[in-house]
Amino acid sequence: MSLTAPRKAWLGAALWLALARTPLRAPLEASMTLHMLVQMPLLALAGVWLVAPLPPPWRERLARWNQRGINGFLLASFVGMLWMVPRMLDEAVQQPWAALAKFTSIPLLLGAPLALSWPRAGFVLRAVLLLEAVATAFRLGWLYLATPSRLCSNYLLDDQQRLGQVLLLIGLVLSLVVAGRLMWGHIRVEDPPV
Amino acid sequence: MSTRRTLLASLPIVLGGVAALAAATDGFRAFTSETARRLSIAARARPLPSVALQTAQGQTVSLAQLRGRWLLVDFIYTRCETYCSVQGNEFARLQQRLARPISSGQVALLSISFDPGYDTPQQLQAYQRRSGDHGTGWIAARPLQASDLALLLRAFGVVAVPDRLGGYVHNAAIAIVDPRGRLVRIVDWDAHEQAEAWVRQRIA
Repeated sequence: MSLTAPRKAWLGAALWLALARTPLRAPLEASMTLHMLVQMPLLALAGVWLVAPLPPPWRERLARWNQRGINGFLLASFVGMLWMVPRMLDEAVQQPWAALAKFTSIPLLLGAPLALSWPRAGFVLRAVLLLEAVATAFRLGWLYLATPSRLCSNYLLDDQQRLGQVLLLIGLVLSLVVAGRLMWGHIRVEDPPV
Repeated sequence: MSTRRTLLASLPIVLGGVAALAAATDGFRAFTSETARRLSIAARARPLPSVALQTAQGQTVSLAQLRGRWLLVDFIYTRCETYCSVQGNEFARLQQRLARPISSGQVALLSISFDPGYDTPQQLQAYQRRSGDHGTGWIAARPLQASDLALLLRAFGVVAVPDRLGGYVHNAAIAIVDPRGRLVRIVDWDAHEQAEAWVRQRIA
């Protein structure tokens, strides 16, 4: 079943709502690993799907301010960095304002801009983003594994270390995928038309 | 055209992004909420709620009644079997080292249980005994109302999470409360020398 654009948007909205509500929210926030590696990526995915039905004229208008997807990537990177600060993970669990900020900024300022910018980004920009993602996974994974104390007051040390292990695994898989694409995939090095 | 616009739009994104990161980390100083708690308290003394506590001797004492002396406060649960069980020994050591200012009424130690359901006065007494209590100047107590416990935890910035083994993990520390009843400093739970030095410098 292929997803049409409107169906994606509905699915994105449903996912967004489901993540923010009772049956899903508490269990996903009970563990640092699930919070960072399930809830937050799914929130971003909701944002990606939400903007699927955006009509081409709108996209063009946005793209005038977003040549080669640079600004979308920039915005998404800042929002990503913000929610990687251990303190923000605590705040998102304890403070309603931080929870609201998380549930709005990740779909709208991370997922959506990535979805709108990726198709416009050329080889170099995509490579930078992917490799930075790999490096971030390794850096954070190493940090979480090597830190002997808890970085979040709301999470246990073994949870933090498991998150570290999973992040290292993600970094490894992602770098293998990138390497595989470089060796055997079709690479279009020229930039798409601006 | 589109290049200039893009650069123009980059500016607020970068400025906003850096500002948001700076705000989230208190100016790139606090990446964890524990550091943020300590910075915030060090920057501005925090008034404490005057809640009633029941001591190990079964008496009721309010935080307000304890004003007029420096208080060294830690949060405990007596069932702790991991590193926090050493908190008691740390306090007994502080009690010994600060014996003189304690006897002159300038300093007191206060251990507050965040597990009041289990930590009855008897349990608190047993905890103090096995930690090496020297007799005076160290109060172990529990809040009697759940709402008081919540108030205390919020004011001190203490977070206790169940550890899946029936116990808790919490951001154990020594909190320093000034004679006006305001929280002024947080030091590491095992930094009794630092806590002692802080208090000694301030009592004449």
